[in-house]
Amino acid sequence: MNTLFGEKKEGATKIVLKSVDEYPEAPVSLGTTLSNFTGDWRTFIPVIDDDKCVKCYICWKFCPEPAIFIREDGYVGVDYDYCKGCGICANECPTKAITMEKEEK
Amino acid sequence: MEYKPVRKVVSGNYAAAYAVKHARVEVVAAYPITPQTSIIEKIAEFIANGEIDNIQYVPVESEHSAMAASIGASATGARAFTATSAQGLALMHEMLHWAAGARLPIVMVDVNRAMAPPWSVWDDQTDSLSQRDTGWMQFYAENNQEVYDGVLMAFKIAETVNLPAMVIESAFILSHTYDVVEMIPQELVDEFLPPRKPLYTLTDFDNPISVGALGTPNDYYEFRYKLAKAMEDAKKVIHEVGKEFGERFGRDYSQMIELYRTEDADFVFMGMGSLMGTVKQAVDVLREEGYKVGAAKVRWFRPFPSEELYELAKDVQAIAVLDRNFSFGQEGILFNEAKGVLYNTDAKPLMKNYIVGLGGRDFTVNDVRKIAENMKAIIDKGELDVEVDWYHLKR
Repeated sequence: MNTLFGEKKEGATKIVLKSVDEYPEAPVSLGTTLSNFTGDWRTFIPVIDDDKCVKCYICWKFCPEPAIFIREDGYVGVDYDYCKGCGICANECPTKAITMEKEEK
Repeated sequence: MEYKPVRKVVSGNYAAAYAVKHARVEVVAAYPITPQTSIIEKIAEFIANGEIDNIQYVPVESEHSAMAASIGASATGARAFTATSAQGLALMHEMLHWAAGARLPIVMVDVNRAMAPPWSVWDDQTDSLSQRDTGWMQFYAENNQEVYDGVLMAFKIAETVNLPAMVIESAFILSHTYDVVEMIPQELVDEFLPPRKPLYTLTDFDNPISVGALGTPNDYYEFRYKLAKAMEDAKKVIHEVGKEFGERFGRDYSQMIELYRTEDADFVFMGMGSLMGTVKQAVDVLREEGYKVGAAKVRWFRPFPSEELYELAKDVQAIAVLDRNFSFGQEGILFNEAKGVLYNTDAKPLMKNYIVGLGGRDFTVNDVRKIAENMKAIIDKGELDVEVDWYHLKR
């Protein structure tokens, strides 16, 4: 996946531990974002309408995670592994190209 | 190398400082508080005199920071130590959870001191027992020798099970009173206590980790179970390390409850810490006078020696639990725990709680005799007069 700052690190896979024996002795590493996808926490998901997007990148600038990246075609995309659904992007978007929708899981 | 102890006359606090030196502790972060101060002063003196090298002494601005710094040090893989008392320990409380939760084998000496108000600097176990549920192991020393031995063993046990441990000594009764302590030559301590092998380290840059990260409801529960199991496993490790200590240095700590003349005892006195030195002496006197009594000294309060208590309770008619502490709204803390352990067993000795020595109130052999007379009357009658007896109260 291309982002403005290069490739998203390969091998980022969510670790799902099914039994207590699989857990490490101490609560370390599990908390790294390579295995702990904070996008899990999301209730509302940003949906981007490319037709309304004017490529101002204000959403990219304001995203606190940062889960918004700039696609090769110049429009913006969302890294849903890490987007917590805070809605700041939708709030800041001057053309209302981003809407927050309830996510069905 | 043959074991030839080096005998020194030291206070309990100096015994702790010597143990820190011999354990080759790498980081000491501490804040002074009476009656703990002379521990860290002595360590600072060792460092200033060049008697210890490869150690970082971090003078911090509060006990909360002392524990925070110890946690940071321990997370890098270093052997970390701190010491405190009473209000200082209370100020550390939040950080104690962080240390145990992250499974860091920090060793701390807590000099038992009464909680204020009224302001007090004297002996009382309520400060350490208030930290019962933080996930720290707790060892109660009876004398200066046990302070020294306790610190060395605590490091070995803590680093085996990856849990922090408190070694607890009595304010002034031990901390500032001088006694002969047999110290172990450095080479033999090194054999007993090799360098720490950490579970993980923050300074392994090829394998970066995050410590103290978020645990969602999906993961938190499992880590609590792991911690609970480590506490349970610690009992076996305590037994093994205590036994090894006995084989190497002649003082056996394999039992979590030390039994003194309990074989044919009708009833026993149970308690923790320096109190039990007096009780053991009283047992000798009472035996001369015809009482069939014994003493059961609880060395490790966490993990709690449930199995050993059950074995003891099977063979006696009654147990007098001496608590130098109190849980307000209930009863003495050791009494409460001991009764709880025995509820689902067949052993049902009469159990009475004596609240003694709070805030440094003197507790003597004569007091133990009076308690023995009271216990005998209870056993003859077959029922308790009161369950919780505020023994010293001016009536």
